[in-house]
Amino acid sequence: MDARSQILDSIRKSLKRGPLGESAATVPANRIAHHAPGLIPGRTRSLDAKGLRDLFVQMAEEVQTTVTRVADPAEVPGAVADYLANHNLPADLTMAPDPALDAYPWVDRPLLHIRRGRAEDRDQVSVTGAFAAIAETGTLMLTSGNDRPTTLNLMPDTHIVVLRADQVVGPYETAWARLREEQSGNAMPRTVNFITGPSRTGDIEQRIQLGAHGPRRLHIVLVEGPDAKVA
Amino acid sequence: MQPTSHAFKANVRDALGDETLQRALGNMKTGFIGKRLAAVARLPEFEALRDQGRAIKNHTLEHLDFYLETFERNVTQAGGHVHWARTAEEARQIILGICRSVDAKTVTKGKSMISEEIALNDFLEAEGLVPVETDLGEYIIQLRHEAPSHIIAPAIHLVKEQVEEIFRATHTDLPEGRPLSEPRELTDEARAVLRRRFLEADVGITGANFLIAETGSTVIVTNEGNGDLTQTLPKIHIVLASLEKVVPTLEDATGILRLLARSATGQEFSTYTTFSTGPRRPGDLDGPGEFHVVLLDNGRSAMLGTEFQDMLRCIRCSACLNHCPVYQSVGGHAYGWVYPGPMGSVLTPSLIGVEEAGNLPNASTFCGKCESVCPMRIPLPKMMRHWREREFEQNLAPAPFRAGLKLWAFFAKRPMLYRFGANLAAKLLGRLGRDAGHFTRLPLAGGWTGGRDLPAPEGKSFMEQWQARRREAA
Repeated sequence: MDARSQILDSIRKSLKRGPLGESAATVPANRIAHHAPGLIPGRTRSLDAKGLRDLFVQMAEEVQTTVTRVADPAEVPGAVADYLANHNLPADLTMAPDPALDAYPWVDRPLLHIRRGRAEDRDQVSVTGAFAAIAETGTLMLTSGNDRPTTLNLMPDTHIVVLRADQVVGPYETAWARLREEQSGNAMPRTVNFITGPSRTGDIEQRIQLGAHGPRRLHIVLVEGPDAKVA
Repeated sequence: MQPTSHAFKANVRDALGDETLQRALGNMKTGFIGKRLAAVARLPEFEALRDQGRAIKNHTLEHLDFYLETFERNVTQAGGHVHWARTAEEARQIILGICRSVDAKTVTKGKSMISEEIALNDFLEAEGLVPVETDLGEYIIQLRHEAPSHIIAPAIHLVKEQVEEIFRATHTDLPEGRPLSEPRELTDEARAVLRRRFLEADVGITGANFLIAETGSTVIVTNEGNGDLTQTLPKIHIVLASLEKVVPTLEDATGILRLLARSATGQEFSTYTTFSTGPRRPGDLDGPGEFHVVLLDNGRSAMLGTEFQDMLRCIRCSACLNHCPVYQSVGGHAYGWVYPGPMGSVLTPSLIGVEEAGNLPNASTFCGKCESVCPMRIPLPKMMRHWREREFEQNLAPAPFRAGLKLWAFFAKRPMLYRFGANLAAKLLGRLGRDAGHFTRLPLAGGWTGGRDLPAPEGKSFMEQWQARRREAA
């Protein structure tokens, strides 16, 4: 008997039954079809859009992500340039070919030298968008695609993410629901990265060091829209 | 690796006398436990999430065949391949075959306990490949030719001076004057060396924290990002996972993920949680060209339906290790195989036999801390007791122990005689030890008095007091 059949047989023998019949199989089949959310922590439940953004920023900063909040999309290139200057980083950056990033007036900052594409080893700084941001834990959710290469999230020393206010959600379940809607059904992007802060390790004497293999710095430019300044 | 679990007692003696190891273990007590406590305190739903986690896994195990077949179908639909392996040897051969199909030389690896279980590195090396561990802790112990001593912090038994020593010995292009005494410098050095390895690798192998039946996705959780570079840069990504990693849906995995990092490191969420589904898509600029999942049984299907089924809920968070007074004292290597601590004491006899690993379930005070922190509510002490029963039934315990237990059983079944004997002994010891209040040495009890004093009995016995109270109450 081949390995597959023998393993499945062994499972069934241990469970003291044969293959699930049509009616018995409806229980697990329905669980998959409904993919119902389980218990969702209450910490995001009563928050409005601004409250969710505040919680997201607070949780993200707790894990050494840095955040600049801007009111207008036109301010994004300036915020990126300022961040690079403040950290003595080169103005050469590799940006995802994501059309969503075309919404920002990069030409206003001619000193930023921008290459569009996947990350290469020499790249110091990457700029990407995100699919969502999860306020519950200060986590970014990035999905791969033709114009969203995964290497940009991982290889450069500095990763800058431009986030729109409407992308901030409360719990993970809201982000999954949005992804299911966009992907129509159960098809997943090749890669879904949940990123909570810059890369880190505690493998030597339990002392946390940032930048183990992935980015040492994770910076978010959050475009909040006109209501941002109403505090 | 060749197990040394049978030599547990000798291993423990060595570990307790190893000053460097004791210094390294001291770091653990201050880290994991406090951070977990703080993270749990911040989440009022934590206990309810534990109940939910247990229910998700129990449901999945009851329908394991269905979910594995569904997982396989969805991996295939996404363009990936699923390979079934009954044994460690089958898994190794499948992986070798995939590596050979592209004439692979360098194979980078994300941290995987299953890879340790099937001793993959030694095998690949013997076949002429170059496996490179990329998790910092795993990399360090690979250089030292050691096994991991902890399931999420494999080099926790080392101090930084030992890391510097092995880097200086193996990184031959390292300038002599380069400072390497601090964790920051050591981390940067490893990052630079391993970045080159990531780029030259032909195949990347990772484990999986979850397999999602609904979507055919595999999930890895890391803090370093090494697993992501391992699976993104080479031509081929191989996922090595055991059967029980499957869960039904994305939502089910999410519920358990809320428990995992908090229980493990006390983080709200680990830095990188990555869902991978199939190979790179047409038009993608990066990602592996092939996606393979090797599903390993290696004795797990036989655990279903037994008193050890609950162990298959384990999500390898390490909370039971971190909180175990035995693990804290001796570290992971003393357990003699891949899985240490309470979860190892239950799992190891299942996987390599109680004949080899019978000592491990005995290495517990049954304080119950492991079960109280287990996010999946696995009754670890109960299962260790089951192994002790099996060990006794199979006559594996040493003869003096068995004889002593028989003698005790003889008296225990005769309460009058037992009480008479116990009272007599207590009175005698009480009188003999009246002056000192304790015994530093006692015939036939050298095992006890070798490590601590035996207090001299004083006052009345429990049964005497109990009876006196009942008389008063009546």
